[in-house]
Amino acid sequence: MSRNGQDTSQWTLDYPPFFAWFEYALSQFAGWFDKEMLKVENVNYRSPATILFQQLTVILTDFVYIYAVKEIYQYFRSIQAKTADLENIFQSSSLVQADRHMSAAFWFALLLNLKHLYLYVAPAYFVYLLRCYVFQNKSDGSIDWQSLSIMRLLGLGGTVISVFTLSLGPFIMLRGLCHAYWAPNFWALYNVADKMASVAGTRLGFVPPGNQTVSMTGGLVREFDHTFLPSVSPLATLVLSGLSMMPSLLMLWARPRGPQSFVRALILCGFGSFMFGWHVHEKAILMIIIPMGLLILERKTDASLFLVMSTVGHYSLFPLLFTQCETPIKIGLLLLTTIYAFSSFSNMYKASGGPTRLPLLSFIETLYLLGLLPLEVYTSLVHPLIGLSQPLPFLPLLLTSVYTSVGVTYCWFRFYLNTYMEQEMSRSSKLEKID
Amino acid sequence: MLTFAKICMVSLVAVLARWCVSLGDYSGAGKPPMFGDYEAQRHWQEVAVNLPVQEWYKNSSRNDLMYWGLDYPPLTAYHSYLCGLVAKYLKPDWVALNISRGYESYEHKLFMRYSVLLVDVFIFFPAVYWTFAARKPHLTDQDASVKSYLLMLLYPGLILIDYGHFQYNCVSLGLALLAVTSLATNHDVLGSVLFCLALNYKQMELYHAMPFFCFLLGTCLRDIRRGGFWRLVQIGLAVLATFATCWAPFLLDLDTAKQVLNRLFPFARGVFEDKVANVWCSLSVLIKWKQMMTLEQILKILCVTGACLLPSSVDLLCRPSFTKFRYALVNSSLVFFLFSFQVHEKSILIPAFMLPLLVKDGQLVPYIAFMLLYPLLFNAFNPIRPDTAPPTDTQFCISCVGQVFLSLALVIFPPPAGLPDLFPLVISVFSCAHFLLFAAYFHYCQFTAGISVHHSHKTKAANGKNSKTVSKAMNKATVENTTKHKSMANKLKLRKKKHD
Repeated sequence: MSRNGQDTSQWTLDYPPFFAWFEYALSQFAGWFDKEMLKVENVNYRSPATILFQQLTVILTDFVYIYAVKEIYQYFRSIQAKTADLENIFQSSSLVQADRHMSAAFWFALLLNLKHLYLYVAPAYFVYLLRCYVFQNKSDGSIDWQSLSIMRLLGLGGTVISVFTLSLGPFIMLRGLCHAYWAPNFWALYNVADKMASVAGTRLGFVPPGNQTVSMTGGLVREFDHTFLPSVSPLATLVLSGLSMMPSLLMLWARPRGPQSFVRALILCGFGSFMFGWHVHEKAILMIIIPMGLLILERKTDASLFLVMSTVGHYSLFPLLFTQCETPIKIGLLLLTTIYAFSSFSNMYKASGGPTRLPLLSFIETLYLLGLLPLEVYTSLVHPLIGLSQPLPFLPLLLTSVYTSVGVTYCWFRFYLNTYMEQEMSRSSKLEKID
Repeated sequence: MLTFAKICMVSLVAVLARWCVSLGDYSGAGKPPMFGDYEAQRHWQEVAVNLPVQEWYKNSSRNDLMYWGLDYPPLTAYHSYLCGLVAKYLKPDWVALNISRGYESYEHKLFMRYSVLLVDVFIFFPAVYWTFAARKPHLTDQDASVKSYLLMLLYPGLILIDYGHFQYNCVSLGLALLAVTSLATNHDVLGSVLFCLALNYKQMELYHAMPFFCFLLGTCLRDIRRGGFWRLVQIGLAVLATFATCWAPFLLDLDTAKQVLNRLFPFARGVFEDKVANVWCSLSVLIKWKQMMTLEQILKILCVTGACLLPSSVDLLCRPSFTKFRYALVNSSLVFFLFSFQVHEKSILIPAFMLPLLVKDGQLVPYIAFMLLYPLLFNAFNPIRPDTAPPTDTQFCISCVGQVFLSLALVIFPPPAGLPDLFPLVISVFSCAHFLLFAAYFHYCQFTAGISVHHSHKTKAANGKNSKTVSKAMNKATVENTTKHKSMANKLKLRKKKHD
């Protein structure tokens, strides 16, 4: 609450306006629990009633997520009963139905105004709605340029713009390339490559030793000055993200095969922004994992990729929960979901593991996932015990983000490949049908 | 799905539930001068790690028994010693003699919570697992043992007391459970040793001592011509050896041993502690027991307890069977709880009736969460559900409404002036009435249990009825009761099949 103090608090409100309205709505009830928590001067205020209230709000708003999951569950059940056409109903992370493009646009715009994080996947929404709502298909599946519906375009645009006029998205580009702890993306690998190069350079005498210490300490706090590789500007990250999304958007535009290809584009846009975005927060990985969960029932390769991605992705969030008392909870939850996912998927696809691999995974993937165990043991037990916490406080974070970024990058490549193969297969099958 | 994966997941859920509760406060947090059970456990570690064994139970300038003096049997003391050693290694301040009183810190709380989780996972979890794994597979429900495992591990009473209030009940309960399962699988000597260990961890296990004694003696006497005597000798030697080992350091001189006994059974204290749902506490509404307590009356109470214990014990001794044994465990613990003195609420691990204690500890939120969750889980996962009606009985509903109403009253309304203990006392009386009914019902079950084995056809209907009522009662029965009856109902079914 009361984050809107100008100089009173370090917690300036940095989410879009609807989020502020949401917080305002919550604050109307906060007074019932503890009036003190609403005072702007009370920075870092805590009382049992405040904590209870804050946690209750999270529990209550979680029901929105539960509702979405329930809708998706019903959607999949109806697929299994083969009563519904894939084209007919579809739910995404908020409420999206193919038949209800307008409401999808409305919900997404609302979402965007709650958290600008969702800009990551906005291109996929834009292309999909434009392609499937504003234009119609010809009988062979290619686009009918004549079918441009001005009314639909205006309606769609109007919905989005009217939601946006209620707000003005504040965007902050003042922060560094990477978040305090590096999200497991391309830049984590880039930074580490730079660091290794500069260490090697210092050893070999290319770089004066003074530079290296600056980047070693500064790198994980705010701004990162690369010593060896060129420094990266926000514009460069924007361009790279855009470029990485292009193929997926083109595929979506060329041959939209209903909600499934939309979800694939959604995931790939999420991947693109996550891999190359400016100041990416670790939690943004959920924007990829959650939609990926929608694909697991359809193809085995997607299911096995999901296993790798969700395990690594959730593990990469561990540094966010850094207090000691949370350790059993985060480890327990990760193990619980991972064991459940593995056992239910292997049941679903009738796949069994071997002596050297887990079900649905290859030997290398298995080895990689099992590598998380020694990593966790080192970062949370060995590192502090051998007394390296003082001289090298950031080493565990660095190891975690580098190790997980390897996995995330692998998943990104594989997923692109899967999507491309899918596209090709559907094209060839369609051509056969026409012949 | 693999049973192994399921067991792993259930165990993880149980660990998570425990840890979530443990994030909250503990008994006596930040409440000097006496603090609470958390401080008691810490203090025992301090005493055990700094003083020689013989002085642990002795009042001295270095060991003030008025401040949380050790009043549990030797195994608890040894456990405290081990924990104390680790604490001393991690941070000597935690257990510094006399100056560490009321020590509280974030790290120390973590250490204490982990110490409970460790013994829980390594003693209680395997005990529960073995209890259900040792059972023959359920005929219709493949997952019956996994479901029972889940229900047993998520029993709210134990979690709230061990992880909220702060205690190590999981150790003695786990050992006792292992002992019962050993007897079920015909490992009599092992069972006796395990039960002695449980008894030497918490004297509260005396509640179950009578059934163990009567069952083992009864079966040995029954088989006296077929090696029963030899088995009796073996069991007797095993019990003596276990006790001797546990008590060895205190047996070197008689005074020390006497002193320990005196600490374990403090007849000098009052008839009951706080507001407890037992008969003496309930009757104290009419008669002021506390003021008029003399040694003579204490003896009378002992006699009453013994007399109430007699029917169930004699029945078990004369017609020993495992079924009867299980009922006798319930009956004995209920009788002890209702009639013996110096009872503490925790000895019946029933959440609804521990409410006053938990509110005092600031455990209200986890309490509400668990009380909502457990009945739901219970209805969803109860393995004997198919042949039982949903618990919509009027009596059950009335009882539930009563509980909810009393709980709300305790939390929301300030007690009337002049009667500060009104709500806890009403809750005690209310619960006591329930327990008396349960005691009567389970005695009935025990006495009729023998018949079902011999006349399987006639009692088919009766069995169905039993399990129905049992399933209703389970929500309230103690931890041990819960398993025993569930497994009991299943056993009955199996046996029935065998006879058919």
